[in-house]
Amino acid sequence: MSEFLFLFRGSERLMRSPEEMQISMQKWVAWFKELNEKGIVKDPGNPLDASGRVVRGRVKDIHDGPYAEAKDLVNGYVLIEAPTIDQAIELSKGCPILEDDGSVEVRPIKKFG
Amino acid sequence: MILDEHLFRREAGRLTSALTRVFGVHNLALAEDVVQDAFCRALETWPIRGVPDNPSAWLMTTARNRALDIVRRQHTANTFAPELGRMLDSEWTLASVVDEILAADAVPDSMLRLMFSCCHPRLSEAAQVALILNILCGFSVQEIAGAFASSHAAIEKRIVRGKKVLAESKRLFDTVAPADFSDRLPAVQRALYLLFNEGYHGASPIASVRAELCNEAMRLTAVLLQHPLGGTPATYALAALMALTAARLPARTDAASGNLVALLDQDRTKWDRTRLSEGLRLLELSASGVELTEYHIEAAMASVHALAPRAEDTDWDAIISLYDSLIAIKPSPIVALNRAIAIAQRDGPDRGLAAIAAISNRERLASYPFYFAALGELELRHGNRERARGHFQTSLERARNATERRFFKQRLAASDRSSTHPPDAAFWDAGFESSPMSEGDEDQ
Repeated sequence: MSEFLFLFRGSERLMRSPEEMQISMQKWVAWFKELNEKGIVKDPGNPLDASGRVVRGRVKDIHDGPYAEAKDLVNGYVLIEAPTIDQAIELSKGCPILEDDGSVEVRPIKKFG
Repeated sequence: MILDEHLFRREAGRLTSALTRVFGVHNLALAEDVVQDAFCRALETWPIRGVPDNPSAWLMTTARNRALDIVRRQHTANTFAPELGRMLDSEWTLASVVDEILAADAVPDSMLRLMFSCCHPRLSEAAQVALILNILCGFSVQEIAGAFASSHAAIEKRIVRGKKVLAESKRLFDTVAPADFSDRLPAVQRALYLLFNEGYHGASPIASVRAELCNEAMRLTAVLLQHPLGGTPATYALAALMALTAARLPARTDAASGNLVALLDQDRTKWDRTRLSEGLRLLELSASGVELTEYHIEAAMASVHALAPRAEDTDWDAIISLYDSLIAIKPSPIVALNRAIAIAQRDGPDRGLAAIAAISNRERLASYPFYFAALGELELRHGNRERARGHFQTSLERARNATERRFFKQRLAASDRSSTHPPDAAFWDAGFESSPMSEGDEDQ
């Protein structure tokens, strides 16, 4: 078994109506439920706030966010377990963020040992 | 945990109403931000942690904490609800007064305060209805525009202006003062009536959207009924009218074509028996005072239809005499037109056409598409196919939205068929009012 990090990118904070937010929320609940039932979630992660700072280079320059366009902003992550990256990619395809034109970045975790 | 459908939308109205009592009506936008924020938190948290056992309470607590935060940080720079005096100034009283306002049993009153505030005399009825849908029912501008088959820009303008008037009113409407309450009550009843009508007779081509508008109107009317000053005979009559009419919703739309089905053509076995009996019960409760309102009469008419097992069993004498009463308290050429149709139903098309010819102020119907549709139906029944065609053509030209257009096209096609299809009295469910949503804004 290998581990993969799903990085969610895209704007989740568009002004949306309560009805649309509920529908979106229910899709996320259903997707997480599906992952959980498969027993592959190593860490359900947490949502990330859009604010923050970037500390860069030797001089430790501090920049305010946002440091990316909304569509590229990482706003959450999940750590899952899968035998291969292809299977991890299959799992990511159910992510509701894709329907909002967002993206899921699937990154294998390097293991030493 | 299965969530109620439309939970967020309903909670949006409850939360916004409660928060507006804390922040003050001039800070409505702030209340709306806090509500939006609570939904965002739910969106982030619930998938990971699971949906809480009591989602409404969770949302209210989240909003409460945020509200306390805001009041603590901003109360020196910002004035909040003037109604609360200095209660928000001190840590001794802040949390307890906020908790009291946000408590579940205090929310209906907050909703009424906001609902009455939305029915401000400076706003047109169309604006009042749009505002109620937006603030108390959680519909976005886009969703309202869709439901009314209206443009996004027109609805947005109405709502932005409405919110400005609300903010300028400085204080929320006080639901405790009996005199003010009774003064504003008819406007609130009227707005709820129009909201319901927009659902039942409305422009939206989607049956579920229209049913939702009816449900929202009934939900808010139920809140009004619970208030000691709100549960007047007229409100009971309004609630009865809504229940009796909403009972027909399952038969209102033809499942195959999506077309509206007129009252006399509906499959009455599909009518919702629970709503019918609820409506009859409410109608009985409405008969307690001396006041006879248009809602009483319309509800009584709806009950006559409800009690007829088949369309041909309708007690037209009762319907016609109810129209006479309605004309006596609310003379209107549209009501007179509907009365003429009832006469045609009882005495035949000739008498119906004569009754139409006798309507005073008939020229005011010149832009009303159902006037021509009625003429068309009666001519058709008379066998004057050519004249019927002309009238249906005119009604089609006057149609105000796609749903009406589709309906008149269907009638035009019927006038071409050689079969003697039983005349539909199709306009029956046309309602007494032309849709207020398609009129221009006449705000002062």
